[in-house]
Amino acid sequence: MNILVCISHVPDTTSKINFSENNTKFDTNGVQFVINPNDEFGLTRAMWFKEKQGAKVTVVNVGGAETEPTLRKALAIGADAAIRVNAAATDGFSVAKQLAKVATDGGYDLIIAGRESIDYNGGMVPGMLAALLDANFVNNCIGLDVDGTTAKATREIDGGKETVATSLPLVVGGQKGLVEESDLRIPNMRGIMMARQKPLTVVDGVETTDQTTSVSFEKPAPKGAVKLVAEDNLDELISLLHNEAKVI
Amino acid sequence: MSVLVYTESDQGNLKKGAFEVASYAKAVADQLGTTVTALAINASNTNELGNYGVNKVLTVNNNDLNSFSAKVYANVVKQAAEKENAQVVIVSSSADSKYLAPLLAVSLNAGYASNVIEAPSNTAPFTVKRNAFTNKAFEVTQINTNVKIIGVSNNAFGLVENSASATSEDFSPAIEASTVTVEAVDKATDKVTIADADVVVSGGRGLKGPENWGMIEELADVLGAATACSKPVSDLGWRPHSEHVGQTGKPVASNLYIAIGISGAIQHLAGVNASKVKVVINTDAEAPFFKAADYGVVGDAFTVVPQLIEKLKAFKAQQ
Ligand SMILES: Cc1cc2nc3c(=O)[nH]c(=O)nc-3n(C[C@H](O)[C@H](O)[C@H](O)COP(=O)(O)OP(=O)(O)OC[C@H]3O[C@@H](n4cnc5c(N)ncnc54)[C@H](O)[C@@H]3O)c2cc1C
Ligand SMILES: Nc1ncnc2c1ncn2[C@@H]1O[C@H](COP(=O)(O)O)[C@@H](O)[C@H]1O
Repeated sequence: MNILVCISHVPDTTSKINFSENNTKFDTNGVQFVINPNDEFGLTRAMWFKEKQGAKVTVVNVGGAETEPTLRKALAIGADAAIRVNAAATDGFSVAKQLAKVATDGGYDLIIAGRESIDYNGGMVPGMLAALLDANFVNNCIGLDVDGTTAKATREIDGGKETVATSLPLVVGGQKGLVEESDLRIPNMRGIMMARQKPLTVVDGVETTDQTTSVSFEKPAPKGAVKLVAEDNLDELISLLHNEAKVI
Repeated sequence: MSVLVYTESDQGNLKKGAFEVASYAKAVADQLGTTVTALAINASNTNELGNYGVNKVLTVNNNDLNSFSAKVYANVVKQAAEKENAQVVIVSSSADSKYLAPLLAVSLNAGYASNVIEAPSNTAPFTVKRNAFTNKAFEVTQINTNVKIIGVSNNAFGLVENSASATSEDFSPAIEASTVTVEAVDKATDKVTIADADVVVSGGRGLKGPENWGMIEELADVLGAATACSKPVSDLGWRPHSEHVGQTGKPVASNLYIAIGISGAIQHLAGVNASKVKVVINTDAEAPFFKAADYGVVGDAFTVVPQLIEKLKAFKAQQ
């Protein structure tokens, strides 16, 4: 199997989110960047395929040079090769177009992306990529097995899950469940050393036109103080929820 | 020109979210000076859509569409959009709609904005506000293409009654064979889902073990709520993955979110902050959740929750 794992480079989940340049740019000052958590589950499942069934695993990111440490981390976890498409990731459709070029050039039969990036929460790249490649697509993927060119996947749906049968070439939008939390790997010294020897290829992007443009950002209004209700006065809580908040 | 809204159904009935996206579509149509067409697949109660401003309903009835396939459904929506010459297509934020929208965007060559929380602030250029950074911020996005797709965040716009009389038209699109076949569905049909729920009752590690979830379920039952949990609770296997909410789990955007024995870590709060009213029950007055909540009880869940259940039962009986 020739697997491509799409890696989005995002602020760590504990990051405080701030904006600069008159609220038009995300302020990266002091922000730690990590592999998008949904992609980390996908990468770990790809490693499982590599170890159990034999597969080559390539990771790819569309972005500037600042994302290379994130790709190196994916190599340290065990990916064989990395590609960075040197283009700004400003629009989901443009990113999908860049990835489609990489996917076609490399002849990948399984492409694992994440359900969404935790920064812009677009949730659009994997589906758009599948459509551009005319490949099968399973979103919210929480389980994946491949046998030859047939695939069985489990998908989270609202209120439960379903199992589907499909075939390669396949794009999945993965998330927790693809592997368990406890299966995630922290790169060790050997992995980090080996990652330095592995190829990280930088390729130029293709021409694209952004379909959407980020104009500005806002932060939610600060919250008022919590109203505390004594534990022996729960009637008061019910009355507040009914009369004041009007939610019950 | 028109605004097309894809209204989802479940077992033959339109979902509550269908009326919310219809309300949103009406607001957009008013801004553009046009009408709303809804697309409903295998749903029976489509006349109710008129109450939310829909002028025409395209009804598709076809057994080949009984199980959801994103690609096949996206193709049906595409044909409806083309037939109606839709300038804007509105979908919900359900798992299924989020699955089909990117496919639809490519086939219609349309820009897509997901998690949109308000009616467009402007229609030329077409500008919408959306949740980003997992509810830690909002992003104002401009859609540059001729055809636009908007995914409306659950419970963000609400239901707006707007009486129109909806005409109904049978629609028979071409239906392709699916290459992703559903083999089994495992879904509790008698329970409200986190995505559709007005109220969500959520439990954390403070509940000590899976054997104590009886009271969480009972409280949810009284309130007609969905149950949810923090990440460690699902990692420990106390509750299914599908109940895990937060930045890396399911997003919650309910009217009321009740957090019991949950500390309120930043990753948890990020995913539930879009809920309108938050209540926390926790023994530790210093728990960070108290800073994010509207109402709080400092107390032991094992004494507070059973009492709350009894009092709510009495309150509901009076209503
Ligand atoms: C990359 C990453 C992603 C993450 N994503 C998520 C996510 O999506 N969702 C998520 O939830 N977490 C997420 N987390 C984990 C998060 O950081 C917290 O560890 C987690 O939310 C804590 O869960 P908890 O509140 O149930 O448990 P704890 O933090 O252990 O809190 C238990 C709480 O229960 C209270 N308590 C104890 N006994 C009682 C009692 N008898 N009655 C009432 N209260 C009691 C305690 O005072 C305490 O506040 C993520 C972490 C990382 C690193
Ligand atoms: N710039 C990028 N480079 C590579 N993959 C990406 C990029 N942006 C998004 N993806 C992939 O698409 C998934 C969903 O992202 P999004 O559509 O941005 O929410 C991510 O989890 C990644 O797998």
